[in-house]
Amino acid sequence: MTPDFYALWQQQDWHDVQMHSMAFKREDVEVALHKAQRSISHNSQLKLTDFQALLSPAAEPLLVELATTAQQLTRQRFGHTQQLFAPLYLSNLCANECSYCGFSMSQKVKRRVLTAAETEQECQALKNMGIDQVLVVTGEHERKVGMPYFRQMLPLIRRYFSSVMLEVQPLHQADYVELRQLGVDAVMVYQESYHQPSYQHYHLKGQKADIRWRLECPDRLGQAGVDKIGLGVLFGLANWRTDATFLAMHLLYMQQRYWRSRYSLSVPRIRPCSGGIEVQHPLQDKHFVQLICAFRLLSPSLEISLSTRERAGLRDQLVPIAITSSSAGSSTRPGGYAVDPEALEQFSIDDNRSPVQYQQRLQQLGLAPVLKDWDLYLGRET
Amino acid sequence: MFTIADITLHSHLLMGTGKFASARQLTETVKASGTELVTLALKRLNLQQKNDDILAPLQQLGVRLLPNTSGAKTAAEAIFAAELAREALDTHWLKLEIHPDPRYLMPDPIETLTAATELVKRGFVVLPYCSADPVLCKRLEDVGCAAVMPLGAPIGSNQGLQTLAMLELIIEQANVPVIVDAGLGAPSHACQALEMGASAVLVNTAIASADDPVQMAQAFRLACQAGALARQHGLANKGGSEGSSAVASSPMTEFLEAL
Repeated sequence: MTPDFYALWQQQDWHDVQMHSMAFKREDVEVALHKAQRSISHNSQLKLTDFQALLSPAAEPLLVELATTAQQLTRQRFGHTQQLFAPLYLSNLCANECSYCGFSMSQKVKRRVLTAAETEQECQALKNMGIDQVLVVTGEHERKVGMPYFRQMLPLIRRYFSSVMLEVQPLHQADYVELRQLGVDAVMVYQESYHQPSYQHYHLKGQKADIRWRLECPDRLGQAGVDKIGLGVLFGLANWRTDATFLAMHLLYMQQRYWRSRYSLSVPRIRPCSGGIEVQHPLQDKHFVQLICAFRLLSPSLEISLSTRERAGLRDQLVPIAITSSSAGSSTRPGGYAVDPEALEQFSIDDNRSPVQYQQRLQQLGLAPVLKDWDLYLGRET
Repeated sequence: MFTIADITLHSHLLMGTGKFASARQLTETVKASGTELVTLALKRLNLQQKNDDILAPLQQLGVRLLPNTSGAKTAAEAIFAAELAREALDTHWLKLEIHPDPRYLMPDPIETLTAATELVKRGFVVLPYCSADPVLCKRLEDVGCAAVMPLGAPIGSNQGLQTLAMLELIIEQANVPVIVDAGLGAPSHACQALEMGASAVLVNTAIASADDPVQMAQAFRLACQAGALARQHGLANKGGSEGSSAVASSPMTEFLEAL
């Protein structure tokens, strides 16, 4: 058995990976592109080094070819469809101090943890909007918003939706086994950054400051047999090419070891929040597209989601190329749909279209919106 | 023409209903394909809603529905889905699909055989999606499956009949219809499968992902007709059709006959 991901990560030298990612030539990019195009009708899997070539500066002049191939692979695998979901924020309590986040414990904001009745009110509001797949989100507060709270809320939420995803603090393997039985279909745990100095720079206090606990979390999810595992980086914290390369390493490692799970990728870029920071490593739109296309070429079966952090115009361009799942009508505050629409957001959103408006736009783009593609009886066996 | 359970089908093309851009495109494509049997994923259906975007147009068309259990990773999940489908769609026909590998969607032979055994006992007409494994296909037939559906290549891969040598053995040995499912990328692949003696093929991605799905459905329809017709009337290079052992005469055979 190969070592687990934490050991693999420790063996890597960030600086070497960063230098390597700049050294590719146009020929390397063409080889990687050729392999990806070939994979449309042959078994032709890209290697990590092909992915790095596609991310490199040498690939920038070939962005059109990257996007065309990405689109072909996406359509072949996922058809002319787009999954729709909405986030459901239950709490903005947080025991961490992360300098980019509006929920950090030192932020002077009104804190709220939804009660059972409030949660049901929010679920009903989402259901009325036509939403059937939710991403349950909380700030990270183990003591007040931990397993006892999830045990209370998840069965309520589960009654309203055909698929429930979860984005909360990293938990123990046994907790994930229990969460599956409570109705969780997918768990997203984003690493934010694989660069230790940057990670420690932004994550100052709380359990989130423990990089190892977070890096090992996807292994715990895989061992618990969670059906869909979400990986991601918060772009803007460290060099994007290098962080993306580590993310790809993590993905390939997970796919190889936990072969029964599906994988989903999230590629948020830092957005302004209340009391936030200046972005050290901004990811430009052009590079953002390159990054998403490179992941599609690396893994045609990878689900890639895009949130309403991104503006409508860019989303409408990106979605047909490589995105398989997107949110609409999102509120990023607990109670934001029905209970207290005035509360503070975790981050500001940039696409304010309602689910109905967004579905109409998808249809214009030649994509069928898919609201339901899962059911409660799937994935419960442990 | 071929028969599954006691139903005779004239079209040798079965269609999948995923991946289409709209209900209208799906409807037009199904019509153009001439198919009489379409499969649909139970997990995609919203059974609480009257006008489901996939189910409603298919019901209007009047094609026979073959619900499938995609999403199931175990026999227990597939059996649960089958019961739901039977109740909701009023059909005891079932395409059994169990793929625990979400990357290549390879069917699990062990879970599939377990589920098929139970579902046949419960009165289902079971059409299992399976690997192109001749022994597995015999085992599935032995437990009472109404057909077997071995793969030509991974689902959605467009690679064609990569499992050709095994498919030949499966077809040779089968006492139930063999439907080549998955991996067919072009009408020529479908035609070849029927020339070989498959009873039918099931196609989704190659049609839904084409630039013009309606025209591609028509192309597959013609290819299936051509393949079935060729099979029926004795291919010159395949030693004749089933039951016909006519061999062309040659100077060598004349010599042997004179002995």
